[in-house]
Amino acid sequence: MNEIIIYSMITLAGLGIASAVILYFVAQKFKVIEDPRIDIVADILPGANCGGCGFAGCRNFAEAIVKAESLEGLACPVGGAVEATEPKIAVVRCNGSKAHAPAKVVFDSASRCSFAHSLFSGESGCPDGCLGLGDCVVSCHFDALHIDSETGLPVVNDKCVACGACVKACPRGVIELRYKGKKDRRVFVSCINTEKGAIAKKNCEVACIGCGKCVKVCPFDAITLANNLAYIDFEKCKLCRKCVAECPTGAIHELNFPTRKEPVATSEQSDTTT
Amino acid sequence: MKTFKIGGVHPEENKLSAGKPIEVFPIPQKVYIPLSQSLGAPSKPVVKKGDVVKVGQMIAQGEGFISSNIHSSVSGTVVKVEDYPGAGGYRSPAIFIDVEGDEWEESIDRTEALNKECALSPEEIVGRLKSFGIVGLGGATFPSHVKLMVPAGKKPEFLIINGVECEPYLTSDHRLMMEHGEELMVGISILMKGLGVTKAFIGIENNKPDAIGHLSKLASSWPGIEVHPLKVKYPQGGEKQLIKALVNREVPSGKLPIEVGCVVNNVGTAFAVYEAVQKNKPLFERVVTVTGKSIPTPGNFMVRIGTLVSALLVHSGFSAEDGLKVIGGGPMMGKALTNLDVPVVKGTSGILVMPASESKRMAEQSCIRCSRCTTVCPMGLEPFQLATESERAFYELAEKDRILDCIECGSCHYTCPSGRHLLDHIRVGKAAVAKLIRARAAK
Repeated sequence: MNEIIIYSMITLAGLGIASAVILYFVAQKFKVIEDPRIDIVADILPGANCGGCGFAGCRNFAEAIVKAESLEGLACPVGGAVEATEPKIAVVRCNGSKAHAPAKVVFDSASRCSFAHSLFSGESGCPDGCLGLGDCVVSCHFDALHIDSETGLPVVNDKCVACGACVKACPRGVIELRYKGKKDRRVFVSCINTEKGAIAKKNCEVACIGCGKCVKVCPFDAITLANNLAYIDFEKCKLCRKCVAECPTGAIHELNFPTRKEPVATSEQSDTTT
Repeated sequence: MKTFKIGGVHPEENKLSAGKPIEVFPIPQKVYIPLSQSLGAPSKPVVKKGDVVKVGQMIAQGEGFISSNIHSSVSGTVVKVEDYPGAGGYRSPAIFIDVEGDEWEESIDRTEALNKECALSPEEIVGRLKSFGIVGLGGATFPSHVKLMVPAGKKPEFLIINGVECEPYLTSDHRLMMEHGEELMVGISILMKGLGVTKAFIGIENNKPDAIGHLSKLASSWPGIEVHPLKVKYPQGGEKQLIKALVNREVPSGKLPIEVGCVVNNVGTAFAVYEAVQKNKPLFERVVTVTGKSIPTPGNFMVRIGTLVSALLVHSGFSAEDGLKVIGGGPMMGKALTNLDVPVVKGTSGILVMPASESKRMAEQSCIRCSRCTTVCPMGLEPFQLATESERAFYELAEKDRILDCIECGSCHYTCPSGRHLLDHIRVGKAAVAKLIRARAAK
């Protein structure tokens, strides 16, 4: 009886040792040499695989960094400032809410922005504005976006890490990554409609009509006007808010500023978008 | 009876206006003629504000190989050339004309007399179709002269005339075959001459026995022209399906019908060819079906290009109730209009009004792997697969699965018991794949 146990133990131990020796040599022969730094870098990265850096995932990005041996041109927008860049945030440049740009038709056949964009100009008639069907919300891995049921527009919260997934998901290019600004203060044109002023205004009362008043009033040359649309360069803007006061339609938004002495069309601002 | 082999569905026919003769629609006060009415590049206007134009005068010239000329459908003064919203609500340039009287170009033969003899050479026929702005009236609006210019090394054997009209509700081609059969035969013989073929097949679904009978009788006196009744099945009017049904040949993936020796033209196009070649009449009017269960008097109208859809609807007794859906084209492939003040263009075959109860979409549910979409796909594709690939943005995979072969007939969407938005996804995917291929070619 004992013999059986002993023999099996010896056989198994022998097999184990033999396999270990074989495996050792095979492992030596087929060794994959991986830079240990890749693991270290990958551990530091957020691991959400959002693709905001331009690579397929965090590990690919780590490999690229280690291979390049420098951080030049490579940055994880989510993981905070690798270099001394200013943090950014997604900004929805449309204020065509249900009240400002009322629907003229009911179009139930499109369930996503990408379908709607390929089929028609939108329920309000604005061919550039937010369609409100939430492709950006679906694309967000960070739970930083939701559609406000009252306005029908997406709202960005401070979970936003500026990965840019929503920018890519939006078929109309409504969302832009802009500087987050000191104390979250931002000034931007909340409209991307390039139609002539009269037509744009017909569809949406808070559209940029391309009047150019803001361009004239800006002391820093931060605002440009092209195709009936003003655009504020966030690198030049010093957040003086002169343009906000000047805009006749309330298309320019200021966010998170203290209230002014003389109120300026407060209802249009800071109620919808971030 | 012949039909295509794979896939297909049988939507309710609802040919409400089949018995209604074509009525000449009154000329409107104003017309809006879009500059982009055919496949290919938009045409370039050759008139300016204040110009006085006559019916049939060229007002925009096609630039580039696949592009076509546009002619005034009315006489009057050009008000402006400006952007005007199209069917989807997106603005595109159009010529606005205020109508005064109805003065035609002198060269146009306005008599009813049938002119059977065509003295033009094949090259002259191609030139005539090009300058007179003839495009495919089946819906795709492919410039007709391009179809007649056979690429070197290819030999056309058959001309196929599409009288299938497989879209439910639409009857414009049916009425044209009934009322202008003789002109149609002449038009077909001109197309045969232009192509240099001796055989032409007219395919008609057997839900139009009167048209089959009428055209068969006429065709007996025209050598080479044959009428073939086809079993009813959507989308038999797709050119690849029609070729399969009539001559049992399969167009290879990504290739044109000429690859298998066929050229397909719609009956509407054949009629327009007759008018252009024998009557010197450019394409500025077409037959439009106005139909729908909630329309008191559905009918078929000969409408000048640029007439507003709203005028057509008012004429047919339409009243704007809540919850109506107005579709440009048929219920399967047509697109809903977002605005009724949309001009009729060369590709408008019908206007369909559907009450909300009929046009409601099902709520989207999970795929139950029933594979009905694959069974009905007339191109032998796997719609559920293509839709998922498009949704996940796996465009390389979708390209490999031949997403570009999809003819957007909507059979998969129609048949899906879970109400999945298959075609919507595939359409987005097709656009993305086409972009991918263009980017690759540009490199």
